[in-house]
Amino acid sequence: MATVAQNTATLAHVEEHEHHEPQSFWRKYVFSEDHKTIAKQYLISGIFWSVIGISLSVMFRLQLGFPDMKLGFLRPILGSWIDETGKLDPDFYLALVTMHGTIMVFFVLTAGLSGTFSNFLIPLQVGARDMASGFLNMLSYWFFFLASVVMFVSLFFETGPAAGGWVVYPPLSALPQAHKGSEAGMTYWLVSMALFIVSQLLGGINYITTVINLRTRGMSFSKLPLTVWAFFLTAVLGLISFPVLLSAALLLIFDRSFGTSFYLSEIFIGGEALPNVGGSPILFQHLFWFLGHPEVYIVLLPALGMTSEIIATNARKPIFGYRAMIASMMGIAFLAFIVWAHHMFVTGMNPFLGSIFMFLTLIIAVPSAVKAFNYITTLWRGNIRFTPAMLFSIGLVSFFISGGLTGLILGNSALDIQLHDTYFVVAHFHLVMGAASAFGLLAGVYHWFPKMFGRMMNDKLGYIHFWFTFIGIYLVFFPMHYIGIAGFPRRYYAFTSYDFTKHIFSDMNSFITIAAVFTFAAQWIFVWNFVYSIFKGKKAPQNPWKSNTLEWTAPINPGHGNWPGEIPAVYRWPYDYSKPGAKDDFIPQNVPYSQTPESNLPHENELIGLEKEIEAQNLNDQFKQPH
Amino acid sequence: MVYIIALLSVIFLGLAALVVSRMAAVVKNVNGPVEEERVGYSNRINGALFLIFLVFGLVGVIWSFAHASNYFLPEASSPHGRRTDFLFWLSMGIITVAFFITNALLFVFSFRYQYRPGRKASYYPENHKLELIWTVIPAIVMALLVFTGWRAWRDIMSEAPADAQVVELVGKQFNWIARYPGVDNNKLGAYNYKLIDNNNDTGIDFSDPASFDDFTSTTELHIPVNKPVLLKIRARDVLHSVFIPHMRVKMDAVPGMPTRFWFVADKTTDQMRNELGNQDFGYEIACTEVCGRGHFSMRIRLIVEDEESWKKWCAEQKPLLTSYPEYASRIPANLKAKAAKYLPAEETATPSDSTTASTQQGGGVSVATTSLR
Repeated sequence: MATVAQNTATLAHVEEHEHHEPQSFWRKYVFSEDHKTIAKQYLISGIFWSVIGISLSVMFRLQLGFPDMKLGFLRPILGSWIDETGKLDPDFYLALVTMHGTIMVFFVLTAGLSGTFSNFLIPLQVGARDMASGFLNMLSYWFFFLASVVMFVSLFFETGPAAGGWVVYPPLSALPQAHKGSEAGMTYWLVSMALFIVSQLLGGINYITTVINLRTRGMSFSKLPLTVWAFFLTAVLGLISFPVLLSAALLLIFDRSFGTSFYLSEIFIGGEALPNVGGSPILFQHLFWFLGHPEVYIVLLPALGMTSEIIATNARKPIFGYRAMIASMMGIAFLAFIVWAHHMFVTGMNPFLGSIFMFLTLIIAVPSAVKAFNYITTLWRGNIRFTPAMLFSIGLVSFFISGGLTGLILGNSALDIQLHDTYFVVAHFHLVMGAASAFGLLAGVYHWFPKMFGRMMNDKLGYIHFWFTFIGIYLVFFPMHYIGIAGFPRRYYAFTSYDFTKHIFSDMNSFITIAAVFTFAAQWIFVWNFVYSIFKGKKAPQNPWKSNTLEWTAPINPGHGNWPGEIPAVYRWPYDYSKPGAKDDFIPQNVPYSQTPESNLPHENELIGLEKEIEAQNLNDQFKQPH
Repeated sequence: MVYIIALLSVIFLGLAALVVSRMAAVVKNVNGPVEEERVGYSNRINGALFLIFLVFGLVGVIWSFAHASNYFLPEASSPHGRRTDFLFWLSMGIITVAFFITNALLFVFSFRYQYRPGRKASYYPENHKLELIWTVIPAIVMALLVFTGWRAWRDIMSEAPADAQVVELVGKQFNWIARYPGVDNNKLGAYNYKLIDNNNDTGIDFSDPASFDDFTSTTELHIPVNKPVLLKIRARDVLHSVFIPHMRVKMDAVPGMPTRFWFVADKTTDQMRNELGNQDFGYEIACTEVCGRGHFSMRIRLIVEDEESWKKWCAEQKPLLTSYPEYASRIPANLKAKAAKYLPAEETATPSDSTTASTQQGGGVSVATTSLR
């Protein structure tokens, strides 16, 4: 539709758009096609899920940290999963671990992070009226909502939710007789994930289309904020990898319900030999990790993108190495697809294949290192304002470094033999992808809250929230490295069965649990601040962080179409902070070079001639398209 | 440890109280313009906290490492394990240096370049030389690590030596079953999962003469010291994973796809007991792939002994065929004579008698086996 030529009909359409009939409550707040409302729906769903996901982890941390503790007080919530002696049921322990992983990875850090900010920021930052298809966007959220309902219902089954680990490896997940969690809970898990994938694909197509087609006048790819670059590459990753997970899930559904043998072979269980032969459990692992590894970057890249924006804004400096940042994100996005088998070094996969994947995996460390160095250099000689968003972004960089470094060890197949599936792995990925992405999410909320709700969050509470969370997360995950080096396997209900785990580190495990409870408690500061500020927060100014990107040129409470009248045109990159000669320490993207002769660099003066041309373009305003 | 927890919590609570009280003072002046307030006193506190965090963090990391290292696994009991351990600590050294430098820069810069009124940040958008340096240096370090790691991996995963002692480890919910090739031929007999029953829990196929002297154990795995041992690994029901922490051995057990791992144990259980000064020490094998309710307790003991006593121990074990002579009915007629020495005398004389008494599925299973072949 963007290719339709302008004609006289455009005028009529402009007028048509001036007066919209008021929308009903349902269309405005529930089944809304407005990207800003959908973003808020994603955000609030994400916060809801994160509360559940983290609560589950606190429950199993209690079991691990205080194995003798009487958990009878949890019986009102967990019912018979707490036995008569007040002990957590081992089957339910695995269900907790599984649901914690599933919820945090997919429902919080994929939907809650990427869903919220891709939706909210892409149209506002590229200068579009809305997403390419508001209807698909709405469908995307409601498919996610449906997936959420199905997953939530499964938590209350008598046999419990899925419990084979978030990776749901068959045959455990394929055979109801193997485990309680492989009964109805697993069926619901698969249905929920299938719906979730549909939602991701609808969202992803929209993000990609919007970035490619609906950029405003002058917004070339080389002027896109790094946030949009990150969302764009994330959407591409998701669009390519999620269908593979769908196929893995479908084949598993067939194996479970229709007697096929894609993943099953030579199994004797429950006193009988099953007829299935010829399948391979390794096939599932390949399919799963073909999504599973890009998924790590699907949750991390948006966080890194937002961090780039927030650090540059609050350091009052251009992001260091804008092009290198884009190149390294592209490198990461590409490599993300060819490293999946490093999760499978000791599954019996051909060792030669292991060597190949080790080489590819360690290459990915190079672009990651470049990104980390660029963040640090951006801080160097800045003029840093520690807004809560800035604090969380600095925290993210610290987690990204600390957790990323151990990836060099785990990506080395020879060292992975000993460390695979130990707490070392748990520590590694929780820091580098879990905590880092969560910090990206929090930073994003603090930074763009004024744009979302027209009010400010309380800074002081934000500071306290940051310091408690930052310290808390390090106290939880740093000691896990030690436990991992001592060989403690993950997903263990108790460490009492083995001499090598029996009498050691019980105090360390208690410490971790205390730190986890503390960190969880600190999150309520955020929840309170968030909810309170929506209604009672201080009114936001037009551009509270003195930022350059386009969203701050929209009204404080942007309405349908984001900008009244013309969409602003873009003349410069988004990182003109503290430019020598300029009167302010920031120059927004919509300020033409002709207005800033005092600060223009020589090659920028040459661009002044092109401004007329940019202004004359008018291809992408949806309000001016016949529809 | 408790003291440390207490100490740390006191410190952090103190810091928190400091922040809160300082901020309370700032909050009083809320009426001022938004901008002034934001880049005010709290900015300095946050900057200082980064520095404090760095110092306490450094102390915490060093102290906690020293404390935890008491409980790390003892030196590996296999040559390949000592090799990977060396590589592990080498990599650990390199990343620890990087960890300290980068985190220190991050926090020091945060402190050093915090907002000052009147100062302007420097406009410094790129420097290709710098970018090149920190692309190339990590790449070189990475190449070094990859290359050493790859050589170790290649050697560890190479084909087992021909003289390796073969032992089979079968995972099931929720224990391991060790099957030995017996004393006579050092060859594991064939198996078929459809032949599994209560007594024949690894599904030994007695139509293979190599299986006659095979024996199994669910409590202990005995292996000889200083001799390559080839673990043939498989699973009966769901995924499991063999993990021998002291040997630095790990390999998944996959139903329908046998895997293997070979290694040399070069310290007997007794040597380790003396070395550690712990007479209760024993090697153990654990499961590291989630397999259900009993995943955390799939323990089987591993006993490493000198070859002589290992041979003696093997000779004392009874082949499965001897323990359950009813399986003789599955032996093809032409091999009966060969199996005779493992069977009690009367069994060989009248094999047909016991056939009916053998396991319920005996007949059906042999049909199934033949049809499978």
